[in-house]
Amino acid sequence: MAESLKRAKALAVNPLKASQPVGAALAFLGLKNSIPMLHGSQGCTAFGKVFFVRHFREPIPLQTTAMDQVSTIMSADENVIEGLRVICEKNQPDVIGLPTTGLSEMQGTDIRRLVREFRAQNPQFESTAVVPVNTPDYTGCLESGFALAVEAIIDVLVPDTRESALAGRRKRQVNVLCASMLTPGDTEAIREWIEAFGLRPVMLPDIGDSLDGHLVDVETTPLTLGGTPKSEIAAMCESVATLVIGRSLAKAADLLKERSGVPDYRFDHLLGLAACDAFTMALAEISGQPVPARIDRLRRQLQDAMVDTHFMTGFLRVAIAADADLLVGLGQFLAGVGAEIVAAVAPARAEVLAEMPATSVQIGDLEDMEKLARAGRVQLVISNSHAAQSAERLGVPLLRAGFPQYDWVGGYTRTWVGYRGARQALFDVANLFLGNHHDIPVHRSIYRDATEPATPARSPSGAGLVGH
Amino acid sequence: MKAAEIAELLNEPACAHNKKEKSGCAKTKPGATAGGCSFDGAQIALLPVADVAHIVHGPIACAGSSWDNRGTRSSGPTLYRIGMTTDLTEQDVIMGRGEKRLFHAIKQAIDDYSPAAVFLYSTCVPALTGDDMEAVARAATERWGTPVVPVDCAGFYGTKNLGNRIAGEAMFRHVIGTREPDPVPASAQRPGIPVFDVNLIGEYNIAGEFWHVAPLFDELGLRILCTLSGDTRFREVQTMHRAKVSMVVCAKALLNVARKLETDFGVPFFEGSFYGITDTSQALRDFARLIGDPGLSLRTEHLIAREEAKIKAALAPWAARLKDKRVLLYTGGVKSWSVVSALQDLGMKVVATGTNKSTEEDKARIREIMGDDAKMITDGSPKALLQAYKDHQADILIAGGRNLYTALKARIPFLDINQEREFGYAGYDGMLELVRQLALTLEAPVWAQVRAPAPWATPALAGEPLAARE
Repeated sequence: MAESLKRAKALAVNPLKASQPVGAALAFLGLKNSIPMLHGSQGCTAFGKVFFVRHFREPIPLQTTAMDQVSTIMSADENVIEGLRVICEKNQPDVIGLPTTGLSEMQGTDIRRLVREFRAQNPQFESTAVVPVNTPDYTGCLESGFALAVEAIIDVLVPDTRESALAGRRKRQVNVLCASMLTPGDTEAIREWIEAFGLRPVMLPDIGDSLDGHLVDVETTPLTLGGTPKSEIAAMCESVATLVIGRSLAKAADLLKERSGVPDYRFDHLLGLAACDAFTMALAEISGQPVPARIDRLRRQLQDAMVDTHFMTGFLRVAIAADADLLVGLGQFLAGVGAEIVAAVAPARAEVLAEMPATSVQIGDLEDMEKLARAGRVQLVISNSHAAQSAERLGVPLLRAGFPQYDWVGGYTRTWVGYRGARQALFDVANLFLGNHHDIPVHRSIYRDATEPATPARSPSGAGLVGH
Repeated sequence: MKAAEIAELLNEPACAHNKKEKSGCAKTKPGATAGGCSFDGAQIALLPVADVAHIVHGPIACAGSSWDNRGTRSSGPTLYRIGMTTDLTEQDVIMGRGEKRLFHAIKQAIDDYSPAAVFLYSTCVPALTGDDMEAVARAATERWGTPVVPVDCAGFYGTKNLGNRIAGEAMFRHVIGTREPDPVPASAQRPGIPVFDVNLIGEYNIAGEFWHVAPLFDELGLRILCTLSGDTRFREVQTMHRAKVSMVVCAKALLNVARKLETDFGVPFFEGSFYGITDTSQALRDFARLIGDPGLSLRTEHLIAREEAKIKAALAPWAARLKDKRVLLYTGGVKSWSVVSALQDLGMKVVATGTNKSTEEDKARIREIMGDDAKMITDGSPKALLQAYKDHQADILIAGGRNLYTALKARIPFLDINQEREFGYAGYDGMLELVRQLALTLEAPVWAQVRAPAPWATPALAGEPLAARE
């Protein structure tokens, strides 16, 4: 049990946190023909857009209610209604996500009432769903904003079928609630994993389908290029089971279960052998099928890698700074192969942090991570691209994980989950360690020829070659 | 190389193997041989000479699969890590162009890398085609003025041990005694600390581990003329004949060099090891004893007392974790007892040890250290090792790198003690690295996870399909 230590300083230095509205926007980006519109000033959207464009290296559909000085004081209600109307007229999306921001929340917006008013005034846009969600940035972080948006999507798009008992009508269909820690590569891997058992997954949201980075025939599109279709979300109430990945989605999962009566299986993460086994067993149970030989082989490959790399991962002193789900997932995975978590930093509180295999989790920033890491004589840092400077000052390699990753091509779609993802992560951690291996200090005898040039510093060969 | 010369090398009078029924080095047995060849042994012995161009004369297999795979480290030049081979082709072999190619190869190495010297290693194919490497070396030396040293070490001559010996012989014949040591630099002269020159023979500075020990030599005023051959230079090998005393480190194979230094130049030698606290202290004491300087002896005792106290305090928390852990040790020769004593310093129990390459003396020493019920293993096959591991209820296997994956596939903790390893265990400070690596593998949480069967492998756990519940 790890204790969460409160933020103990006034100034956040090198922040780790990304905001709730940005997280909510990401969830909407995983729906098909969708666009999020942040209710706030145009800057709220512009920054969020740049954040995702740099991370995913993709055009990102993101709109704003463009609150200005007058509307901020007088009322921005009309901005929301007009914004929804403009988007509907221009782009006919299936879904508009409507996260609030710190600005609109402080103003006291009643976002649900505004959606109702929009509906009453514009019955012609009935085919476009609007999902409002309260996501002020003065609380939570990217992960919690994402989770709130998933909950709101379920609230708006999944019909209440408790009475009609539709659950299980589609015998091979399973729902998958995907938390923000999952990358497009992760969601693809999860889809294949589930399909290997003859099941048909409905992923919510599905950023693996929208933000995986694929070329399309149309040159421009104002909406998402893929993602979970609205119709599929409505049919989630007919699935045989729901798989929930990430503790941050607990409330969203509660709501889905309450609405639909579909039984669920919950997983904090899918990193490492034990987590993968639990997921595989759930799939075997749901499908009634034996575990495919292919998966058994992947499992054995991971075990072999665990054994081969334990010389490098054992006692490895690691610092991790990430949103709670990812932090705990990585922490449990690495502790499971003998690493020691000398610094665990999360940007915001979360229930799952209690499970962190460390004495405490600091709620804080990358400066906190850096200090704890230095005190713990860290050997490897795992965090987002912002931690590159910290890692450099600490003189250790950085394994990039989480948001944002703007200095590492392909990081956004790296597969962490599954037996194969875990194996690659072990290889990369081991290689980073070898590339940065601290040799025994060279001793030059006082009796020796002093004119001879010393060995050039050993180049960190592994660090350059390895994927991360 | 002539059969008579090989026989002479095999018959090493200073070697304890020679005193029992089996004379000299054991013959290899088809179908049941695991060790390396003479070429391998010669390379191992000499490759650490850092400022030399090491040219392997032969087709690609010999250098291609062995270059840059040694864990030895240099504090200066890194030329030894550049792989060089004549990479003989079919045409070279058929047309007899091997010598010519070698001659050009030497020129290229000298032109491009300005080595202090060039060492030539012959291999099986040019030995069969009859390339006269010695003549090529002589001609090249004359032509370009850089010493070129032939090492006639074709793989079929015999085992790795023989190769070590061939390498030593080559050094003795061509290099040692060709230069006088430099005067001790004035900056290194300290009042009250006279400087004594010493040799280490068979110390390879694996993973830089000798740097744990080297500062102690500086402190005591022991100037290492040459280590033959870890972190050494060609010009240092040349001066070995002027040492006051040689220490043969953990290797019977280069005994011929030590013996010849004694008979030809009057340099006495002793055998020792830098593994473990006891042995490290003993080695330092032996230097003082053979040099016979009372001041040195006194300073040595002070240093030992200080270092032992320091390391014992640092080891205490680790020793508690390692105490009573059962070790199956499978190493060659001298290492079998020197490592035993290091492990016993930690309170670990060595339940059995390999004695395949050990001499009768070694075995006697093992009995002395481990007691009469010491289990000795002669069969080093993977199957036999694993059986011994089970029979003796060991917790860890300590062996050479080639047994690493045997152990890991069998899901048992392992510590690599051979030359490919990444970590240095020598000297007092090396013990800290040793305990860390021991604890790391012994306590690794992966073992439980890889030993347990897949959850679906147990029929009782097979799930009841949800559909069936309806």
